[in-house]
Amino acid sequence: MAVVEEKPREEQLPTRKKKIAATGSDAAAYAVRDADVDVVAVYPITPQAPIAENIAQMIADGELDAELIHVESEHSAMSAAVAAAATGARSFTATSSQGLELMHEILYIASSLRQPVVMALATRALSAPINIWNDYADAMGMRDTSWIMIFSENVQEVYDNLVQAFRIAEHPDVLLPVVVTLDGYILSHTTEALEPLDREEVLSFAPKRPRGYRPVLDPDHPVTIGVLGAPNWYQEVKVQQALAMRESRRVIEETGKEFGKRYGREYGFIEPYYMDDAEVAIVTLGATSSLVKAAVNRLREQGVKAGMVKIRVFRPFPAEELAKVLENVNALGVLDRAVSFGGALEGPLAMEVLSTLAVRGITKPFISFIHGLGGRDIFVKDVVEMYQKLLEAAKSGKSVTRTLFYGVKSRKGHII
Amino acid sequence: MLDVPRVEIRFHGRGGQGAVTAAKVLASAAVDEGKYALAFPEYGAERRGAPVLAFTRIDEKPILEREPILEPDIVVVFDPSLEPEIYMKGLKPNGMLVINTKKTVDQIVKLLEEHGLQKPRCIARIDATDIALKHLRAPIVNTSMLAALVRAAKVVRLETLEENIRKVFAERPHIAEANIKAMEEAYNSTEVVCL
Repeated sequence: MAVVEEKPREEQLPTRKKKIAATGSDAAAYAVRDADVDVVAVYPITPQAPIAENIAQMIADGELDAELIHVESEHSAMSAAVAAAATGARSFTATSSQGLELMHEILYIASSLRQPVVMALATRALSAPINIWNDYADAMGMRDTSWIMIFSENVQEVYDNLVQAFRIAEHPDVLLPVVVTLDGYILSHTTEALEPLDREEVLSFAPKRPRGYRPVLDPDHPVTIGVLGAPNWYQEVKVQQALAMRESRRVIEETGKEFGKRYGREYGFIEPYYMDDAEVAIVTLGATSSLVKAAVNRLREQGVKAGMVKIRVFRPFPAEELAKVLENVNALGVLDRAVSFGGALEGPLAMEVLSTLAVRGITKPFISFIHGLGGRDIFVKDVVEMYQKLLEAAKSGKSVTRTLFYGVKSRKGHII
Repeated sequence: MLDVPRVEIRFHGRGGQGAVTAAKVLASAAVDEGKYALAFPEYGAERRGAPVLAFTRIDEKPILEREPILEPDIVVVFDPSLEPEIYMKGLKPNGMLVINTKKTVDQIVKLLEEHGLQKPRCIARIDATDIALKHLRAPIVNTSMLAALVRAAKVVRLETLEENIRKVFAERPHIAEANIKAMEEAYNSTEVVCL
């Protein structure tokens, strides 16, 4: 066997840039700037607004040469982003909550027309009552829209995920839109350390492909985009779309690995945390993962074998990876920050995780938790309490058959 | 304070005094010094004069706790008219109060006693309103309060804070310089008493 002498990894990495302090909104705007986006169509909404403001400033200062389209609504923002992508432009938009709701019709059109729009979603609760704070109700509402969905845990991931999003979306084997979430306020307005990349680096990692590598609107080479799909062909189009989503896995995986090779931060579909010997585990998403990790650290200090799994890529859902990592736990919980009202379980992520396991014949004592709606603070101690509930379930071998809401103000106590 | 691996600071101000910016500038300075930091405000009704909360966590290691700070090591009070019950809430017994006030340390201790509140281990007092009015011609005390904070507890260096103020006001250097003058005066006139 040939022996290849490998240099230590550090030496292969390009010179590390100094860390700067940035909010998630700053990070999103930097990623858009560094990816040299051509068209940005946005309508401002809290807590997405600083992303739009930052990009507008960058364009005004000459740091980004992009067309900024001030639209009159989010419906138009998404329509313009789709149209821009259809001309071959690198196209970006950003929104939150009610804005995403207004985009909904066009969300399906973006993905069904296979337009590689990239969107940042500063997650926020849905009205009513009106609420500008964080939860994942808006994001969960787009789970069936055929967008690739990547959740970010911290400000660094907002940047890194967006850079990867352009490469994934525009890949000829994918051609699907990608949304990258940042928890409203918890990331969008929180200042943290960020290590951005050089613009040249970003453009070599996520290169702009020559116009015409995919069918685009071009007067010299006319094509029609968005024709009628009658019953004789509609189903085939939808099956192709489903297959494209399945096949995007390979590109997502390779992109996360390549990112790690180049910059030392590798990304997978999931991030297991202390899962090698975990007896109880919680699965969650986004910045909430940080709190769950903190709870795991606290429990590990007390000798409790707790673990957690962060879902980074929610669509396509990482079923294989998740089943493998959860195979050996004694009890399992899912922490949702959204409600599927009237669902078999009310946690949307809980249902995904359960069906992932059930179809593979894996059954575990299971609890679906919901906390942190509309910006209700989740404290590390709340998560520790959930783990205690899971330890009980592991002992009794019994699942809780309905979703438990934590942190509720009620005469019956804070668990409903 | 320097030996603590993590410092948790809670800022209490009123809308318009710059508490949110102070928390962010402090985090930026910590990042510039190679540390990890997290700064976030508690968003609510955003209007002038309303009580405002902002938090900064600084650590040598990455920070996972994104929850609000309930038991701070240091509270920084921008406005003497805020209720002591609110700003002293949860302050660690060996914690520190940094307060903008015209009162003496003895008077502050008396005020806390009158409210039945536990005394912090250290009190740093500064008349930041006077300093801000003198240098900025406006009662925006955030930069002076940051200087008082780093005088009382060296969470970051004053110079790093000043560099960050220059970054914030990159397009208005005269405002940056006025703030830096206020900071130097505040730094030199902060009185720190450990009880």
